[in-house]
Amino acid sequence: MFDWITAIADYTIYHLLNLSEGTSLSESLHFFVYDSIKILFLLFIVTLIMGTINSYLPVEKLKRFLQEKNLFGFEYLFASLFGAITPFCSCSSVPLFLGFVQGGIPLGVTFSFLITSPLVNEVALALFLGLFGWEFTLIYAITGILLGTIGGAVLNLFNLEDDLSDWVRAIIEKKQTARSHEESLSESFRERIPGIVSEATDILKGVVLYVLVGIGIGAAMHGYVPDTFFQTYLGSGEWWTVPVAVLLAVPLYAGASGVIPIIQVLVVKGVPIGTALAFMMGTVGLSLPEATMLKKVMTMKLIFVFFSTVALFIIISGYFFNLVL
Amino acid sequence: MKTIKILGSGCPKCLKTTDIVEKAVKATGTAAKIEKVEEFAEIMKYNVMSTPALVIDEEVVMTGRVPKQKDVETLLKA
Repeated sequence: MFDWITAIADYTIYHLLNLSEGTSLSESLHFFVYDSIKILFLLFIVTLIMGTINSYLPVEKLKRFLQEKNLFGFEYLFASLFGAITPFCSCSSVPLFLGFVQGGIPLGVTFSFLITSPLVNEVALALFLGLFGWEFTLIYAITGILLGTIGGAVLNLFNLEDDLSDWVRAIIEKKQTARSHEESLSESFRERIPGIVSEATDILKGVVLYVLVGIGIGAAMHGYVPDTFFQTYLGSGEWWTVPVAVLLAVPLYAGASGVIPIIQVLVVKGVPIGTALAFMMGTVGLSLPEATMLKKVMTMKLIFVFFSTVALFIIISGYFFNLVL
Repeated sequence: MKTIKILGSGCPKCLKTTDIVEKAVKATGTAAKIEKVEEFAEIMKYNVMSTPALVIDEEVVMTGRVPKQKDVETLLKA
């Protein structure tokens, strides 16, 4: 499927730049050209697909579904699935959160959505697809969705309503019914295309620099760092590597799309896959900008409980995959 | 005189929307007051879950994306 990219990379490195095969430099450059093209291509395709899904299933529709249907305990799973297909932006997490709780959706179900939304997002999925293949991507997506489902259900046990900000509780109690609105125009698929494409292009523009820098660093490591290096220092899978990886991941949120290509090289060079997976979930799922935004609607205590629960489940998944894979 | 409100908590997309609305207002020569609504409590009164959202004369006309200037102009003329 990606033979054409190999051909481009071969041509660029061995023909245009006239480098000989098998040196560290040509290996690294080949890796960089090949991975950059492949990943940007996949990013565009995946954001287009997600954009199309989202155009037909906007978050308002998903919310109404959760509000009106009796889902017999499956509402956590649905909320988590909906989080996965909704594009995530830390600036939209608060209106989403408020919209859900105001609509009478339980806090735990809302958390299921909030956990999965950043964890399973189109940029991460495209990067995984390009770097690790579809099996790993599927495992990641399913883990993320289950993590949101279980995380939300567990958080619901804590009765956390009291730890919302006062004005949010007032909204819930008053069941303040705001005017509801429907998007007035219903568009045909053809009319939706320009919007979807420009949205995908915007997402691509926003991450392209991080991705290229990440692939660049990854490519350099690929060619120059000896295969046993990380195995010696990180690879033997001591118990503490998983939590440390998750903690280290938190401040990396902004550059998550640049971190993932580096992780791929780490895995190739012997870092256990569960540790790597936990690290990646930490970078995208535990977002500091989101925490700052959420401070407006909940107490610090609730944010702390929310993030530590998610972190705990990420660490457990890390151990699990180190054992199983 | 129209009142145009842009709902959003100051994210880059909301700023872009404000920009486009200002241009559209100028281009159509509409008499309008543009207001940025950044308080969540205020935003929630419009039952909007995805920002930026555009409100013209207290009616939500668009949510969750940056509008095209052409579309805003059409809305202003309506």
